[in-house]
Amino acid sequence: MRRFSWFNATSLTFGFVFLYLPMLLLVIYSFNSSKLVTVWAGFSTKWYGELLQNEAFLDAAWVTLRVAVISSTIATVLGTMAAYVLVRSGRFLGRTLFSGMIYAPLVMPDVITGLSLLLLFIGIGLDRGVLTIVLAHTTFAMCYVSVVVSSRLVSFDKSLEEAALDLGCTPMQSFRLVTLPIIAPAVISGWLLAFTLSLDDLVIASFTAGPSSTTLPIKIFSAVRLGVSPEINALSTIMIGIVTIGVISASLITKRSMVRQQLEEQEAIRT
Amino acid sequence: MTQTVFAPWEDPGEKPLIQFKNVTKRFGSFTAIDNLTQDIYEREFFALLGPSGCGKTTMMRMLAGFEEVTEGQILLAGQDMARVPPNERAVNMMFQSYALFPHLSVWENIAFGLKRKKMPKSELDARVDEMLRLTRLERFARRKPHQISGGQRQRVALARSLARAPKLLLLDEPLGALDKKLRQDTQFELMDIQEKTGTTFVIVTHDQEESMTVASRVAVMDEGQIIQVATPDKIYEEPASLYVADFIGDVNIIEGIATKSGEDGYKINWSEGKEPFQAKTPRTLSEGQKAYIAIRPEKIAVSQDKPDSALNSIKGKIVDIAYLGNMSTYHVEIPGGLTIKAQTANTRRLSRRSFTWEDEVWLSWTLTAGSVLER
Repeated sequence: MRRFSWFNATSLTFGFVFLYLPMLLLVIYSFNSSKLVTVWAGFSTKWYGELLQNEAFLDAAWVTLRVAVISSTIATVLGTMAAYVLVRSGRFLGRTLFSGMIYAPLVMPDVITGLSLLLLFIGIGLDRGVLTIVLAHTTFAMCYVSVVVSSRLVSFDKSLEEAALDLGCTPMQSFRLVTLPIIAPAVISGWLLAFTLSLDDLVIASFTAGPSSTTLPIKIFSAVRLGVSPEINALSTIMIGIVTIGVISASLITKRSMVRQQLEEQEAIRT
Repeated sequence: MTQTVFAPWEDPGEKPLIQFKNVTKRFGSFTAIDNLTQDIYEREFFALLGPSGCGKTTMMRMLAGFEEVTEGQILLAGQDMARVPPNERAVNMMFQSYALFPHLSVWENIAFGLKRKKMPKSELDARVDEMLRLTRLERFARRKPHQISGGQRQRVALARSLARAPKLLLLDEPLGALDKKLRQDTQFELMDIQEKTGTTFVIVTHDQEESMTVASRVAVMDEGQIIQVATPDKIYEEPASLYVADFIGDVNIIEGIATKSGEDGYKINWSEGKEPFQAKTPRTLSEGQKAYIAIRPEKIAVSQDKPDSALNSIKGKIVDIAYLGNMSTYHVEIPGGLTIKAQTANTRRLSRRSFTWEDEVWLSWTLTAGSVLER
């Protein structure tokens, strides 16, 4: 073990405070009984109760959840397919271009992605609503899924698929019965990542949302412009909770399946 | 009592199971297999032997259907395999990495290929149990591949590839991952299973000892071509070329100029002013041609005095002794700077050994001890 050092302890503390103090304040004030956000007047959960009465927020939450589930599911299917093709099918014309392009949306500013999608939807005459947000979120979340899944596929032993073919599987069966079960943890964490990304996206959603399809982040953003209310704090706390659970379980799933495999392998060597 | 020797390749009426007909395989500009023609017969244990990159694995992958043939044809039981995908071939492969499905138990791994056959459940269960018995894995049926040892994994891989009762089983370096002792046991186990099931085995290996132990015939490969195909003893005793002689086992190679001597013998003049060595050979060499004698170390006798009878004998000095337990290899330097390896079995205790370093000894061998090679 390394020795305790004041420098390390201080920088660690500063780092964490910098990252989490704002969120911590938000969570604390969501339990404030006062209507004034900055004045503490005792513990209360009344804002959570009030939130449940707020039709507008509940509608927005429902839209957000639907968009997140649908778009992350489509993104997972497309992203897994893209990753599989890019990792597996060897060299084909334009492979480098494709694999470069799949990562491009990761670094593309959201504003540009949102704007270009808006132009596209107007161009093809698609009315903005839940469908357009789903399409937009699928587009960018797919890249993240593809990155997660392809990093797993790179270390995947190709002879497993050959063995499946050799034992009478069609290529489709080989994917379903061998490849997919083995890369499942990566696919699931890809889905969770896509889900949380969709959940907290504001910029792209505000470009592609229609009047009847406001998502929660948009609702919060517009509500805050009229002043921060404890209700918003409560809502944000819930969102932080969901996103945290999503991200933590995504990393746990990948990590645990790795650790378990290592443990079992060590056991196999011992016996 | 006469015993029938298994040698279908010598029977012209026998139909081969596999026929390579002028097969060429190119990867871009690299030619992996170069116009290769070879028959393999039913129930054979055929070994493809060669250094890495000689094309042996490519040949196997073409048989399994993972690589397409660039030119020529591969026939399996008379049928052209060109358009047949791997999952429709009566061929199964045991992979070098075993390629066991990590998410399935031993039982499910073995049943995997049978399930694709739409076999009734009772029949499937019976077949899996039979395979488990054959490979002595009954106790491990419920375990996952990472919960068993390397030797057990190897047997699961074998059981899985045999379960579908293929016409042809391909084994890609099947024992490469096992340690030496286990490998030797497994070699005999493989032969036993091959005999019991009557399946044709094609094994790819770079280990010459392994191929000699298990195979009915060995094909020595180099740069996409088969240099020689023969039974293990023929390959060892009558190599077709220096490459084969050198690749299989230990050998002394003496280069010289051939001159005819007697009916089917030649004198090889290996050094100016020295007595030429004599050897018999079925080959015909032209007068004054460059030729080589390849002699295995164990065919050279070491003695204190010049032997009376041997036609080839020469005096030398022991420069090195490799003691291997059951035998010793003497490195003997003869006039002209050549070092000859001679091997003797240690039938007596070490303390009684008669020769030691720097001793002057006589080396001798018979007319038929060595092979005369042209290249």
